[in-house]
Amino acid sequence: MFSLLNIRVGFYLALRQLRRASRWTTGLIVFVMLLTFLNLVVVTGILVGLIEGINESYRTQYTGDVILSALSTKEYIEDTPSVVAFIKTLPHVSLLTERYQTGGTIEANYLTRTSNTEKPNATRAQIIGIDPVAEDAFTELATHVIEGEYLAEGDYDHILIGNYLLAQYAFGELPGLTPLKNVSPGTKVRLTINGATREVIAKGFVKTKIDALAMSIFMPAAELRTLMGRADQNVMQIAIRLVPGSDPDAFKKLLLDSGIGEKAKVQTFTDSIPNGVADIKKTFAMLGNGFSSIGLVVAAITIFIVIFINAITRRKFIGILKGIGISGEAIEISYIFQSLFYAITGSAVGLVVLYGFLVPGLVAHPINFPFSDGILVAPAFDTGVRILLLVLTTVIAGYLPSRMIVRKNTLDSILGRN
Amino acid sequence: MTTNIIEVKNLIKSFKDGPTETRVLKGIDVFVAQGEFVAVMGRSGAGKSTLLYQLSLLDEPTSGEIRINGKDTHTMSEREKMLFRLSEFGYVFQDYALLPELTALENVALPLYMQGTSRVAADEKAKAALTRVGLGSRLGNLPSQLSGGEQQRVSISRAIAHTPDILFADEPTANLDLESSAIVMKIFAELHKGGQTILMVTHEDEFAKFAERIIKIDDGKIISDV
Repeated sequence: MFSLLNIRVGFYLALRQLRRASRWTTGLIVFVMLLTFLNLVVVTGILVGLIEGINESYRTQYTGDVILSALSTKEYIEDTPSVVAFIKTLPHVSLLTERYQTGGTIEANYLTRTSNTEKPNATRAQIIGIDPVAEDAFTELATHVIEGEYLAEGDYDHILIGNYLLAQYAFGELPGLTPLKNVSPGTKVRLTINGATREVIAKGFVKTKIDALAMSIFMPAAELRTLMGRADQNVMQIAIRLVPGSDPDAFKKLLLDSGIGEKAKVQTFTDSIPNGVADIKKTFAMLGNGFSSIGLVVAAITIFIVIFINAITRRKFIGILKGIGISGEAIEISYIFQSLFYAITGSAVGLVVLYGFLVPGLVAHPINFPFSDGILVAPAFDTGVRILLLVLTTVIAGYLPSRMIVRKNTLDSILGRN
Repeated sequence: MTTNIIEVKNLIKSFKDGPTETRVLKGIDVFVAQGEFVAVMGRSGAGKSTLLYQLSLLDEPTSGEIRINGKDTHTMSEREKMLFRLSEFGYVFQDYALLPELTALENVALPLYMQGTSRVAADEKAKAALTRVGLGSRLGNLPSQLSGGEQQRVSISRAIAHTPDILFADEPTANLDLESSAIVMKIFAELHKGGQTILMVTHEDEFAKFAERIIKIDDGKIISDV
């Protein structure tokens, strides 16, 4: 069938049919292919990107590329100063930040409470002690302050409160979490940590989509250390950002090989993300592929109908072509070339839309999901596979109807007989 | 001694429509010598076009024997018939049967490409064929930009560009005015003078006169062969 001569004549016929076809019709078919391509790539890309957004937020706002945390048998990373000093000597390290962490209670409106039977305006919270400057350099925490101000170097008795702890920003009450009411920047609140109570000022509110941070209170590390009754410099977390292009797994191995694993749990940011997130990502990818498959079938049917109608209306001319000795294979190949043209042109326009507008557009303006800033994940390889699928499907969908018409009796086709 | 290029023996063609069988050709015997110009005449429904379709291998007869250049067409595969139509035959249809998206030159050159002729050589041959019928200046025109007579001349060019053994013409003047018809018949006469075998179906006496032999058919049988 695919002799060079048939391909040559098929290409010749296809080229002329396409060149002299209605531009509106061609444009419409290419537009359908473009939508199909976007449906194939974008649906899955958004669903995966939704979870990828969580991962990326975790990396940029919390864990960095590699995070060290206290061993499960310890409350802190032993010998933190020497660990930090060692890490700073390593070549791939760009930034790091140290954090203290402890549990505590925060209470508001305790001064206006009239009786002991009245439910206190209080909730449990994770309290994170930070160096405000180092933390902001690392996570840009200051950019997440939506009310009030970020902590300044030397601040004392000032805290930042995560949005889930505030009634005006929380989704509602969760087990063990009763968001604070009537708290605004400048409001005095009471912190209780390990039985020690201290009155502090809510300097600002932090809004983030990372649960661990949204349910946290940030305060200067030195003050938290005092409240915890700690005199050493051993922190609970060290988050490390690597130079772009570095391999977090290789860096983790380097740390483990250096013996740091005996003092701290070493995880890459993907290790530290809860397993459920990876499972959701897989599920969403499957869902996306499911939706895409439906899109592919719709595209196949569309092309089948378009080519079928085209071939039906040109049945007489197909008969004439066969009558004057043009092989059926060459005629079928001409329809394959036309289908290829539609699929490739649609995909090419789709690639421009995808990588020229959608991907950078969603990086600059992520989709605002309640739990993630959704981006569009479209790896080049996956996109290539989808284009291949689309082209194959289209070629088959274009070939079948042309074959049906070409196989009809030549004279019946010429005379328009059924 | 002249050789027969077409030999037909006891050709029968029937059409079935449910239980009803209509016999259109009822045992035709005919021989056409190489270089002959034969006109097939008859009233509407007599079977003249059906005979042409059988001889030109566009249709399959119910029974009987057709030999073209001594080859029994009954034993040919579909592919062999296609190749035969491509290289041995030329067709001129009543309604010109040009491909609307191809220019005059492209319409004529297409069968030559299919024969494996190079693009340049095919275009040259097509150009020569179109020039021969007086359309040398209309090579780049689409069929929609040509008159009926011009389209029929393109159709003739396509039929003769590859110098076929037999030229089949099915009522080539039926859709043309008198002037255009005269031009077309003049071209046929010139082709015949050059040794081209022509088998033409027509119902018009004045054009049948261009042929050297007239076969008249009625009710599926040859009633005269002069």
